Amino acid sequence: METIRLTIDNKTVEVPKGTTINKAAKEIGIDIPVLCWMELHDLNIENRPAGCRICVVEIDGRRNLAPSCATKCEEGMVVRTHTTRVLNARRTVMEFILSDHPKDCLTCPKSGNCELQTLAHQLGIREIPGQEIAAMSTYRKDTSPSIIRDLDKCILCRRCEMMCNEVQTVGALSAVNRGFMAVVAPAFEQNLEHSTCTYCGQCVAVCPTGALTEVDHTPEVLRALADPTKTVVVQTAPAVRAAMGELFGMKPGTLVTGKMVSALRALGFDYVFDTDFAADLTIMEEGTELLDRLNRFLQGDKTARLPILTSCCPGWVNFFEEYFPDLKDVPSTAKSPQQMFGAIAKSYFADKIGISRKDMVVISIMPCLAKKYECQRDEFSEDGNPDVDFSISTRELAAFIKQANIDFNNLEDGDFDAPLGESTGAGVIFGTTGGVIEAAVRTAYEIHTGKKLEKVDFTELRGFEGVRSATIDFDGFPLNIGIAHGLGNARKLLNDVRSGKSLFHAIEVMACPGGCIGGGGQPLHHGNSEILKARAAAIYEEDRNKPIRKSHENPFIIKLYEEFLGKPNSEKAHHLLHTQYFDKKKKIVVKQ
Amino acid sequence: MSSIKIELRQEDVDKIKDICASFNNEPQELINVLHKCQEHFGYLPAEIQEVVSQELSIPVAKIYGVITFYSFFTMTPKGKHPISICMGTACYVRGAEKVLDEFKKELGLEVGQTSKDGKFSLSSLRCVGACGLAPVVMIGDKTYGRVAPDDVKDILREYE
Ligand code: SF4
Ligand code: SF4
Ligand code: SF4
Ligand code: FES
Ligand code: FES
Repeated sequence: METIRLTIDNKTVEVPKGTTINKAAKEIGIDIPVLCWMELHDLNIENRPAGCRICVVEIDGRRNLAPSCATKCEEGMVVRTHTTRVLNARRTVMEFILSDHPKDCLTCPKSGNCELQTLAHQLGIREIPGQEIAAMSTYRKDTSPSIIRDLDKCILCRRCEMMCNEVQTVGALSAVNRGFMAVVAPAFEQNLEHSTCTYCGQCVAVCPTGALTEVDHTPEVLRALADPTKTVVVQTAPAVRAAMGELFGMKPGTLVTGKMVSALRALGFDYVFDTDFAADLTIMEEGTELLDRLNRFLQGDKTARLPILTSCCPGWVNFFEEYFPDLKDVPSTAKSPQQMFGAIAKSYFADKIGISRKDMVVISIMPCLAKKYECQRDEFSEDGNPDVDFSISTRELAAFIKQANIDFNNLEDGDFDAPLGESTGAGVIFGTTGGVIEAAVRTAYEIHTGKKLEKVDFTELRGFEGVRSATIDFDGFPLNIGIAHGLGNARKLLNDVRSGKSLFHAIEVMACPGGCIGGGGQPLHHGNSEILKARAAAIYEEDRNKPIRKSHENPFIIKLYEEFLGKPNSEKAHHLLHTQYFDKKKKIVVKQ
Repeated sequence: MSSIKIELRQEDVDKIKDICASFNNEPQELINVLHKCQEHFGYLPAEIQEVVSQELSIPVAKIYGVITFYSFFTMTPKGKHPISICMGTACYVRGAEKVLDEFKKELGLEVGQTSKDGKFSLSSLRCVGACGLAPVVMIGDKTYGRVAPDDVKDILREYE
């Protein structure tokens, strides 16, 4: 590899050709501040608009200061990162950004976790000259079922636009207008709700300021907990336990399952259950559907639709309803684990404890913002009573725990309640890319071949590559599996399905890069992909530590079928655990 | 979820598709496509943007972004008598801005707006190549030269 030698702050550094000054500086321990720039290295995601100019440096022999995030190193370059000229320029840039920014840090949802705030602090900004005279633009707030846009706080870094367009290929957001009215917005500046947004929340996950945040549903949860007539049941998704510790100062990848359970109990939830249980249930339903389609296909039935696509990610469901409605019979009809849980809690479990569904409130703790929208979908309610009442994110739960001044770090480990709290390792790995299909393979293999799996770890299905494929030997039958995370990658696989080129029998899709561990409701990674890797490792660790690692061996799942559902894909199972999809593509209506 | 219903006449849809096709439906040709569409329809309402979006496979948000960025694109229909004031260098130096201000005041319109009755719309232009007559104002096909702020009232009276 060709390398380049240069001097940064009097230190010599050698880097591969093409390296930016900012990265070269990092190599030798010099942290040049950045704002608009962001990178998720392992996922091949980089935002480099060179727009904010916070990262400028002085280069000998050049008249103008250069943005270090976008300027490539050259042989013999002499770079200075903290001359008075540089410091003055940074301060001016910062003051300029802040002159059109509200000063309500005290009540801003991002306060304490805002990159702009951190930077203002780091640069020692104490007052903002000219703010009294500058006309502060105001832009209406837009609240959708999952996301709030408060564009007065937008600094036009365009990270959200990059996520939505390049990574997710949804294209719901774009920079619009000029000058002070410039913001990032959906087409025609409509509300997000009327755009093609999938609520994946990836724009929220990367927004450095309070411009994009989740809708906070903790007040509703608090109200339910305070109501003595309600039995409040909570379910927690697999990815939450692998990340929430970060919000309490723990190292990324610290598993906090037991502490999370204790905290929920301390908050007053009547039953602390696990979405992982519903993930096991999903495998029973989705796996059976897969085998059914596969067997029909092998018997020469031309109507058997293959590949089957997983359907547990609501961001992904929103995406194909908008962009691939012609393929809406391809995904599994199985509901997401969140919704399966709600349906079972408000039927089977409500019966068991002898209450009616309207006296039960089901709360979900999710790494996800799309789940907020999902639980509000009409088809997931009965007589106006939703199966899942409210969904709150990992971030909201952590804030709630802090609000209640629970000493999270010193909590004893608690155990989930029975029966909907019992899960297998297969349910746990749902939280990361490749996990759903690995869980499905563990069960489908044993049912299809009638043989016991020698080893349950399918490492060929793991990893961070955006599109992956593997062939699993189903006792002589090669089962071709495709995996995509990030909607742009999913689009590639879907295009092949549409054109008939796809050779896969089953495809797993998760909308968020990395899967739910990188979900829009997770602690903000601020562009550090090491954090995502650590979370994935934690998920696989929890799987390894489980005594049972295959969904169909979960004794409480077996019991649920015996006592209530009958067989997987039975009529009752269909009614409660399956759903249908809708065509949401824009139509051109021709006027007569 | 997207809820806009696009309502256009079939011939309009065909026209937009033709324009896109004449640029091979190339996404890089967006600006040219929009120019042609505006030339034909006079303005670029949401419906037109939606069709262009589908033909060129560009998210409609991006198209809206482009249209709101460049001042020569407009989403509002032109008035029956579109008034354009040249803001090229020669006209500017000879006081075009004052003339524009006068039009704004008389009509109660900003640049890019159309009067409620649809009679007048106001826009500014780059040099129209009649610098000798600066400052230049165009209303429909008619050109007015050496316009002074005081002339504005009289000019407008012609269209009553
Ligand atoms: S939530 Fe996802 S789809 Fe919606 S605007 Fe954000 S990145 Fe785009
Ligand atoms: S909304 Fe947030 S991420 Fe998007 S451009 Fe504004 S500040 Fe950046
Ligand atoms: S990948 Fe997970 S977190 Fe992301 S939208 Fe899908 S379900 Fe939600
Ligand atoms: S971080 Fe380099 S220009 Fe914004
Ligand atoms: S500058 Fe107005 S016509 Fe040339």
